[in-house]
Amino acid sequence: MKIHEYQAKKLLQEYGIPIPRGQIAKTYTEALQTAGKIGRGPFVLKAQIHAGGRGKAGGIKTASSGEDVGRMASEMLSKVLVTTQTGEEGKPVQTLLVEEVLEIGREIYLGIVIDRQKACPVILASSEGGVEIERLAREEPDKVITEAVDPCVGLRPFQANRIFYSLGIDQKLARQAMAIIIGLYRLFIEKDCSLAEINPLVITKEGSLVALDAKVTVDDNALFRHPETAALRDIGQENPLEVEAAKHNLNYIKLKGSVGCMVNGAGLAMATMDLIKLVGAEPANFLDVGGGATSQMVKEGFRILLYDKDVKMIFINIFGGILRCDTLAQGVVDAARELVIDMPIVVRLEGTNVEEGRRILAESGLTFTVATGLEDAAKKVGEIINGYKEGIR
Amino acid sequence: MSILINNDTKVLIQGITGKEGAFHTGQMVAYGTKVVAGVTPGKAGRSFDGIPVYNTVKDARAATGADTSAIFVPPAFAADAVMEAMDAGVETVVCLTEGIPTFDMIAVRQYMKGRDVKLIGPNTPGVISPGSCKIGVMAGYIHAPGPVGIMSRSGTLTYEVVDQLTKIGIGQSTCVGIGGDPIIGLNFVDLLAMFEKDEDTQAVVIIGEIGGSAEEDAAEYFRRHMTKPVVAFIAGITAPPGRRMGHAGAIVSGGKGTAAEKISALEDAGITVVKDPARVGTTVQNILAGKR
Repeated sequence: MKIHEYQAKKLLQEYGIPIPRGQIAKTYTEALQTAGKIGRGPFVLKAQIHAGGRGKAGGIKTASSGEDVGRMASEMLSKVLVTTQTGEEGKPVQTLLVEEVLEIGREIYLGIVIDRQKACPVILASSEGGVEIERLAREEPDKVITEAVDPCVGLRPFQANRIFYSLGIDQKLARQAMAIIIGLYRLFIEKDCSLAEINPLVITKEGSLVALDAKVTVDDNALFRHPETAALRDIGQENPLEVEAAKHNLNYIKLKGSVGCMVNGAGLAMATMDLIKLVGAEPANFLDVGGGATSQMVKEGFRILLYDKDVKMIFINIFGGILRCDTLAQGVVDAARELVIDMPIVVRLEGTNVEEGRRILAESGLTFTVATGLEDAAKKVGEIINGYKEGIR
Repeated sequence: MSILINNDTKVLIQGITGKEGAFHTGQMVAYGTKVVAGVTPGKAGRSFDGIPVYNTVKDARAATGADTSAIFVPPAFAADAVMEAMDAGVETVVCLTEGIPTFDMIAVRQYMKGRDVKLIGPNTPGVISPGSCKIGVMAGYIHAPGPVGIMSRSGTLTYEVVDQLTKIGIGQSTCVGIGGDPIIGLNFVDLLAMFEKDEDTQAVVIIGEIGGSAEEDAAEYFRRHMTKPVVAFIAGITAPPGRRMGHAGAIVSGGKGTAAEKISALEDAGITVVKDPARVGTTVQNILAGKR
């Protein structure tokens, strides 16, 4: 689960890591009040969205006076911000973080991730902060320091020490830096994070270390033991269809194309999207109704596909294992009867009780295009989509 | 023959009295799997469809000699169940549970150090050696015994491939779901080594997906050590970056773990990568025909 920068900074603060003075604002008035509390300008206004790339997209602005803060806040708060990471649809700006502007001497990078192969946390650091760490790791790997932590004994002081000295920072900052490295590691472990990142960690002109920007992602599977972190979820940042799907335990991700697809199982769902692309169309979504979906879940999945106004046709691809095809076919038929469906539907069923499932579809009186096998299904989806392209439909 | 499990495998089920555990135990028994014991704390002395239930894995092992455990325990307690099985001396642990916290799995991996135990999963459909033993939730009847080893990060996509193969008369030696989570037990490299040694496996299929570097590692291993042909399919060419595609481990982050990267690593190593998921079966068929 992603959380906002201001929420991440609050966590950092709880772990003794210095952050700039600031406060959030959701309205013009709040922005003015916040500026008043911080004192004299200049100020920085930062759009709180669940995506990076804000600076270049106009999501981070500086204001010289409180008055400017108010004016800019009203402009920014009404916007949907489109950055390189949000996709075309962008993310709504509902909250701003208003902060003091610091005079910066140097920027460094500090982050922690999980190494899947070694099954342990790894601390990443670089004397070049403010840049995308993945790109730096790819292009100039020498500039990224990595320190794998033994999860049994935790981060050892010598490791924090090693990170500090490899960054080439003034010795006077040693204690501060060590406290920040250790604090970030504790936060990462105690809050079940999958990512904790300070980028940049700045050395101010006055000679202190401050977390200028922060990103924390929490392991969804561990949220059950962190109710206080789970409460930080902001559904305003999520696609409404995705929120609706999640309520029904459906794994749904909205995409840009026009072929709505419903599949059981995540791998097959991805493969189905890829197949749609292979026949020259684009998938409208990822939808995994689960390896053990019920007919009710199939119906809810259907409903979500129909809500999506980009969807021009639907492709249902089910491999029934323990979940029987007849149960699924019944779910599809029930849903199609209950909902108004005015678009072509290709259904491909395979697996347990497939004959019975196909019979239910055929006798329903509804017009499904029934495909046998993945190859046939792909062909049929392709024909329908090409029909659209040629303006036949 | 097969890898990991066979006719002689004696299975115990942790969480046998739960809804999932109960249902799939019945399915496994029906397939012919030798399920010798169940474990549910507090329910010792009962029997489940004639299978004796014990409070602890240690008791179950002592009484029945079970060597393999299947875990159907809820996510919050599953890591503990895995460690209990390992401590009791189980040789192979198959953890079906989805949704285990990553740090719990980090603890499990630490716990495994210095122990001679194999972990499959978590978040796996399980393992099947067709015709002899099934430990997991896959539908048994789509499989057939034969020469192809399959290893995969997903469930239904594996069934899809198995079905394609079985329908054209090509059976499978063993099919292993390695699990869709970021931190798992056996990986593609471990299994490639086993399939390479297995006399009855003539070719291997890798069903990979976005996220992590398991496929890249497999490519490297293949280049250095494999003599048997390998066919791969990678799901998620169209997956958007930064989004978790159902499986906790299926995410492209920071531009790493893309399908394109994996495909090129596999192809560079000499592995046949199938782009069309409908053609995995026929591709394997062609390769086996060419080999013979």
